[in-house]
Amino acid sequence: MTVQTAPTGAPADQAKPKELSFFGALQANMRDYGLLLALILIMLFFQYFTNGVLFKPVNLTNIILQNSYIIVMALGMLLVIVAGHIDLSVGSVSGFVGALAAMLMVGWKFPPELAFLANPIVAGAICLVVGAAVGAAQGYIIAYHRVPAFIVTLAGMLIFKGLSLAILAGKSVGPFPAEFQLLSAGFIPDVIGPTTMPWLAENGQNVTLHTTTMVIAILAVVAAVFFSIRTRARRRARGYDVEPFSLFVVKNLVIAALVIFFAYMLASYRGLPNVLVVMGVLIAGFVFLTKRMTFGRRIYALGGNLKAAALSGVKTERTTFYIFAIMGALAALAGMIYAARLNSATPKAGQGLELDVIAAVFIGGASALGGVGQVAGAVIGAFIMGVMNNGMSIMGVNIDWQQMIKGVVLLAAVFFDLYNKNRSA
Amino acid sequence: MTKTILEMRSITKTFPGVKALSDVNLDVREGEIHAICGENGAGKSTLMKVLSGVYPSGSYEGQIVYNGEEQHFRSIRDSEHKGIVIIHQELALVPLLSIAENIFLGNEQAKNGVIDWDETRDGARKLLAMVGLSEDPDTLVTNIGLGKQQLVEISKALSKQVQLLILDEPTASLSEKDSQALLELLLEFKKQGITSIIISHKLNEISRIADRVTVIRDGRTIETMDTNEITEDRIITSMVGRSLEDRYPSREPKIGETILEVKNWSVYHPQHRDRQVIKNIDVTLRKGEVLGIAGLMGSGRTEFAMSLFGKSYGQKISGEVFMNGQKVDTSSVEKAIRAGIAYATEDRKHYGLNLIDHIKHNVTLANLPGISRWGVIDDLAELDVANDYRKKTNIRSSSVYQVTGNLSGGNQQKVVLSKWLYADPDVLVLDEPTRGIDVGAKYEIYTIINQLAAQGKAIIVISSEMPELLGITDRLYVMNEGRIVGEMPTSEASQEKIMRSIVRAEGKAS
Repeated sequence: MTVQTAPTGAPADQAKPKELSFFGALQANMRDYGLLLALILIMLFFQYFTNGVLFKPVNLTNIILQNSYIIVMALGMLLVIVAGHIDLSVGSVSGFVGALAAMLMVGWKFPPELAFLANPIVAGAICLVVGAAVGAAQGYIIAYHRVPAFIVTLAGMLIFKGLSLAILAGKSVGPFPAEFQLLSAGFIPDVIGPTTMPWLAENGQNVTLHTTTMVIAILAVVAAVFFSIRTRARRRARGYDVEPFSLFVVKNLVIAALVIFFAYMLASYRGLPNVLVVMGVLIAGFVFLTKRMTFGRRIYALGGNLKAAALSGVKTERTTFYIFAIMGALAALAGMIYAARLNSATPKAGQGLELDVIAAVFIGGASALGGVGQVAGAVIGAFIMGVMNNGMSIMGVNIDWQQMIKGVVLLAAVFFDLYNKNRSA
Repeated sequence: MTKTILEMRSITKTFPGVKALSDVNLDVREGEIHAICGENGAGKSTLMKVLSGVYPSGSYEGQIVYNGEEQHFRSIRDSEHKGIVIIHQELALVPLLSIAENIFLGNEQAKNGVIDWDETRDGARKLLAMVGLSEDPDTLVTNIGLGKQQLVEISKALSKQVQLLILDEPTASLSEKDSQALLELLLEFKKQGITSIIISHKLNEISRIADRVTVIRDGRTIETMDTNEITEDRIITSMVGRSLEDRYPSREPKIGETILEVKNWSVYHPQHRDRQVIKNIDVTLRKGEVLGIAGLMGSGRTEFAMSLFGKSYGQKISGEVFMNGQKVDTSSVEKAIRAGIAYATEDRKHYGLNLIDHIKHNVTLANLPGISRWGVIDDLAELDVANDYRKKTNIRSSSVYQVTGNLSGGNQQKVVLSKWLYADPDVLVLDEPTRGIDVGAKYEIYTIINQLAAQGKAIIVISSEMPELLGITDRLYVMNEGRIVGEMPTSEASQEKIMRSIVRAEGKAS
């Protein structure tokens, strides 16, 4: 039997770098931006049904403050879920760390030589380390002893629920020092000074803008546009296809407009909340970690196919261990944000938060089987839940209905995501 | 003249790109033991899948006549209903259920959904007695040996009122003693009027028990031998007999000095602590050499390669590895890669690829440091690498952003190869590199192997397809039951010679 077909080294398509068609590229992008679009639609829906309350500057600021700790934990949970695990302990761990923070700063009376422990910065650092250690301990059992994460963190949830009760002796402890409260209640100082905009006066009241916030927003937009232009130019120079210029411009304009609009809303209230700065830095860091760093790449690889990743030289145990340590540190940070917001630590703090966090990650398109999920998706997922909570509360929807509606939205989001994937496959 | 129980007439089965069966004819007489022989990939298993309804009626051409009626099986259930039961090489038992539960799985002795345990146990005991097992039916399947598990599988078949029993390589993973017992049992069944079809590589077994033998080669029936015609020699000749020209790209071997030496390598089974899987073997490999490892399934080839590659298989691994005369540590995958060894798996779907991710990310996974600095990946450098290897290995896809799960088997294999080519090893172990892919893609993969050897890399090819080994290697080891039972330059090797080393070793073991 002779085989004539031996097409070795068939000429590869040496086409010139070309622009894709506008609509083709738009369609390709729609799936990525579908979630953002859903968030915007939900916001517009509630804007209408709350008679314009949702987009009031004070309310938008509130939405950020109310959801900050969920988003912080969703970043870590995204890594955990992409790696094919789950962490049920984050709510309890955040409550426990909040309690620890309260006891360090307020509850425990230290002898003078140890008084530095009550300093908010020292106490905060201790809390982060404790959180990371808790996560690392759970991660160690999960990664090296192969006990399922569901069970280890379920146990952790019970243990840390009990520990917070124990160290608070069942009572609420507070209030926190003013510096610590700034974490949740503070806004960045307006170093430039307010700008009054008389031509936007409403009902005889001048609109004053937090100028520093606007300047930061504009700088951020300029930087983002600069980087996307540079990336595009580099791709072109290396001979790769790029999206059509028209779509590129539209996309950048829309995103810039959204950011400026959002910043304007915040600036016309009290400016950029401190916690949003923390969140912004973390989100940017996690996008970088998942998209550009080898560590992030290995997480997706081991979540997608653990055995293949191990046989490609990925240290799967160590990677899993680090993921849970990171999750622990983020849970600690979230616990402090939560405690600072309430201005006291309560034995019930943090309970049930893990479910909101997990829901946010799944609404954001992560797969329960691992290997799939994006940071931006998790953040938007958290905001979808947050806006629904906020909007329904303003509308006066009862808590029973709120729960049911949120459940349906979670189910629908994941259902449609899977439906789309199956259809395209 | 006994009557014909089964007749398969001009069966043709095509998969995208390959004709697996072409005009195959098989007739089986009532009450006989009919053996089917052929190389791996010849189409034996495909033929049995057609027969049992795994490939439903309509997905193939030809006729199946069973008990005088033409059959159109739509599923395994249909064929089982008619008394045709197939026992696959990988047993379909649930390890943590009892023997009795396994026997009646899907066919529970129950009334209105409530299981009658007395009935179940009694029934199981009767069936077990028929296969000569005296095990307590409540014993968990995981607690009995492989040979007995095989017998449980047969009891399960008996519980379905089997008339035609098909066994796909039933003795491949059994010890000599268990194999003998199984063969005796088949002879016993024959007395009771049960017809059996047995697929086996072990020619000595076949010549002992089979009444007739049908040989399949390249998806065609070659011949059917009657009892008085069966000899091992004749089966081998019939199985092989084909010209090997032009299926393999030619090359001029340029063999340099020794690069890899493995000494006294010993590995134990991961679950059974005292079962030695690799029995103190020595392997040497030289630069620019393509070394083949031949052997039957379960002979220890994959186990050797995986244990060498970062202890990815087995336990209590001992032995020494030298690269270029220096002793190296290969105790983790990462260390093995750093030492210059790479292993491309036989099971690309489970061990080779992240099927939900695209080509680009799969190609670079084993060598992320090559496209990153300080742990930060240079996206464009990665894109360059992926495109480069896509071109080099001729992966047919819309772009490097195509998800690997949607590629054909041949193209998936090229992604796996690309991954290891980019890791730039000195020694590349390819385990069944052309399993399940079409001839065109096979040729391309052989070409890549030749190019690597020309660059001075050393390649080990593990393959169950002997013509492939003969076509592309320079030297051959033959493995059997964890030992190297033969070594020869490929120029002096032939399929008969390889088969004979295996058969001879089998003979010694018994």
